Amino acid sequence: MKNKLVSLEEAVARIPDGASLLIGGFMAVGGPNRLVDELIRQGKRDLTIIANDTARPNNGLGKLVVEKLVRRVVTSHIGLNPETQKQMIAGAIEVELVPQGTLAERIRAGGVGLGGVLTPTGVGTTVEEGKRTVEVDGVTYLLEMPIKADFALVSAKQADLYGNLTYALTARNFNPLMAMAGATVIAEAEDILPVGCIPPDAVMTPSILVDHIVTATPR
Amino acid sequence: MDEKTLIAKRVALELMDGDLVNLGIGLPTLVARYVPAGRHVFFQSENGIVGMSGPITGAENHDLTDAGGSPISALPGAASFDSAFSFGLIRGGHLDVTVLGGLQVDREGRLANWMVPGKMVPGMGGAMDLVTGARRVIVAMQHSAKGEPKIVERCALPLTSVRRVDLVVTDLAVIEPTDAGLVLKETAPGVTVEQVIANTGCELIVAPDLRPMPL
Repeated sequence: MKNKLVSLEEAVARIPDGASLLIGGFMAVGGPNRLVDELIRQGKRDLTIIANDTARPNNGLGKLVVEKLVRRVVTSHIGLNPETQKQMIAGAIEVELVPQGTLAERIRAGGVGLGGVLTPTGVGTTVEEGKRTVEVDGVTYLLEMPIKADFALVSAKQADLYGNLTYALTARNFNPLMAMAGATVIAEAEDILPVGCIPPDAVMTPSILVDHIVTATPR
Repeated sequence: MDEKTLIAKRVALELMDGDLVNLGIGLPTLVARYVPAGRHVFFQSENGIVGMSGPITGAENHDLTDAGGSPISALPGAASFDSAFSFGLIRGGHLDVTVLGGLQVDREGRLANWMVPGKMVPGMGGAMDLVTGARRVIVAMQHSAKGEPKIVERCALPLTSVRRVDLVVTDLAVIEPTDAGLVLKETAPGVTVEQVIANTGCELIVAPDLRPMPL
């Protein structure tokens, strides 16, 4: 089997300008923050980012926005990154705001081969604009479309050398969902362990989903 | 007692033993301090935990925060999970109560709390799912902002959900939206019915059993 453990430089070099990226994390907690820093160092441009939020200007993927490397973002919250709001108002960045639960389910749908999800969230609000509604047992739902991306950049607590992943506490958030919806999955892990060290019941993302592993802690 | 404390204390009386509760950012987070003695309440944070503490200082874990990014701890018996599961709890009818701040509530009991067009566009985060899915929605807010009523005939701001909220608790009153309209149930200490009406932008029905807030 090929060695999935690669250098940070090598992992990010595989990402072309204009790529779509699912990026894990919630206010940069559980975010692949070394991979993000390397995207900036390599100057990747015109990125489409799908993430829960755009963090803060000096933190996690918020820095990608500040560096003007993002063309489009699909997210639930930009309130703590004034730079995203500024670029959105100036027309420099396209922002699609999605309710957080809907974002999670759209990504999940993309990763598990569903044609969309039906959710009551957003019915009768501005979120409904341009969307189909479906009635089931007298309740109206919005049809929300699946999301996939060229890459998923996820952050794990532990990875074994096959790429089995575990996550810690609230650092899990969107990571396991995104690991299913990226065509290529790059995992940044705090601890990298020999195969067999993570018991099957403890694995949260099975190795078969993960293409490349990088260490979150430079040695 | 300041206005925010008063609102938080009154909201806390609504929480029942065994409830799963999600508190929004800001004023609602204060509610956790005033849960009545003898009632055990589980707090959820939508970034993936049930059984969280309030914000902590010291012993912070960079993998454990609330939805605002503040460090918290996991109490004995806590459980953590991913975002799809977390919102499954919210939309799926497993969340007993959500307490959220408000910008406007209208006569039909509909809430607007996520944006002010042209001024503040933070994104809805989890608010739309919470208001749509929680079994009970309690709005905790100041009765008016800069002298303008926040309880109005019709929300001028974009709605968070078309679902009718269950209770509105302000520094002046407790109001229950019903089929017939907004019912004034309680007044804050030292506040008259006339004062509440004067600070409200639409008709209020005064409950026959109107009472002072049981603080």
